[in-house]
Amino acid sequence: MTPEDIEHLAALLKARSGLILGADKTYLIESRLAPIARKEGFANVAGLLTSLRTRRDEKIIHAVVDAMTTNETFFFRDKTPFDQFKSDVLPVFAKSRVSGDIKVWCAACSTGQEPYSLAMMMDEARAQYPRMNLDITATDISERCLEKAQAGLYTQFEVQRGLPITMMVKNFEKVDEMWRISPKMRQAVKFRKMNLLDDLRGLGRLDVIYCRNVLIYFDLETKKRVLEQMATMLADDGYLFLGAAETVLGITDAFKPLSGMRGMYVKNMAANASLRPSMPLRAAGAA
Amino acid sequence: MKTCLVVDDSRVIRKVARRILENLQFEVLEAADGQEALDACKAAMPNAVLLDWNMPVMDGITFLKHLRKEQGGKDPIVVFCTTENDLSHITEALTEGASEYIMKPFDGDILEAKFQEVGLI
Ligand SMILES: C[S@@+](CC[C@H](N)C(=O)[O-])C[C@H]1O[C@@H](n2cnc3c(N)ncnc32)[C@H](O)[C@@H]1O
Repeated sequence: MTPEDIEHLAALLKARSGLILGADKTYLIESRLAPIARKEGFANVAGLLTSLRTRRDEKIIHAVVDAMTTNETFFFRDKTPFDQFKSDVLPVFAKSRVSGDIKVWCAACSTGQEPYSLAMMMDEARAQYPRMNLDITATDISERCLEKAQAGLYTQFEVQRGLPITMMVKNFEKVDEMWRISPKMRQAVKFRKMNLLDDLRGLGRLDVIYCRNVLIYFDLETKKRVLEQMATMLADDGYLFLGAAETVLGITDAFKPLSGMRGMYVKNMAANASLRPSMPLRAAGAA
Repeated sequence: MKTCLVVDDSRVIRKVARRILENLQFEVLEAADGQEALDACKAAMPNAVLLDWNMPVMDGITFLKHLRKEQGGKDPIVVFCTTENDLSHITEALTEGASEYIMKPFDGDILEAKFQEVGLI
């Protein structure tokens, strides 16, 4: 791999998915892209990278962008965001949303554990809130991940990470050596491909946004643009959830942290009044 | 310091579990089958039991049924840890009073997460 190859790859990734490739990521590039190089008939990853510069084959570019995403996730990751939803968000919306419908968006859902955790959490809370319904849309840039999410098929290792056994028994069936989430949970989540750099407003008005462990891969400018666009989509009394290592502080005042509620943010109405409708980061129609 | 009784007929598994549990600040006791485990519990009830299913002399589920009839036998939190990974085994374990269920193979992350789930850590 020449420095020029890596530089070109870094620019491509930043433009396509916002990913900032840190310094000295040769090993990461090698391990993530070797399968694609093999599949596409290149002698090695260096060969693949050179062709990215010279051939601009969209299919290969897509595969490369997808392969370079980090998809680490698990059921009820960090636990608190799901407990908070149940104990702090549901009671508020039970009063303010007469229809009972709450629109939730998981903005980088990876292989589906996050939206399915929300669906299972709601199922458990149903007895307490019989009229409430979560309308969950889960999106990601990775088609590979979305396929798996939609199939709802998990390995034994994956169903043991974070998922209490009673919930597993209730919501999964064993299919050979894998575990498949129930049709009821699959129907509770709509999966769709979406790039956070694009115009997101097609999703409409949202009550809750989960945007966890994805902004960490972006630079400050991209974080800001994504968050500010989310602020225009979130209901004025809605909630934003970020990952445990993430914050809005120092990035934008479109949101402010909720005191005592780790990872939860609300709209900062004063700042939002002056916020111009934000534009997508990438030109419409770009692949 | 909380105590955990590790019940498994494999010495290797007991050793692996011991290392993980000691790192989680547990005092670890070992038993190689259900009968040994029951004797250990009668002598002193542990806070937790990590329990294999298939073992010679007395299997895990029989041990659990006996344990729950002992004086103070409802106290220990029992977590199964076994290669039996079908829903009927899991359901039976939960019905008999197990709190969590680990399907082998397992690692430190899974064990830690499951112990957290049941409030042991
Ligand atoms: C580490 S996972 C986080 C999954 C889940 N939210 C969680 O917290 O466990 C990050 C996900 O962000 C997705 N992602 C990265 N860049 C993206 C972009 N520009 N648009 C949409 N999704 C993106 C990746 O494909 C990956 O699945």
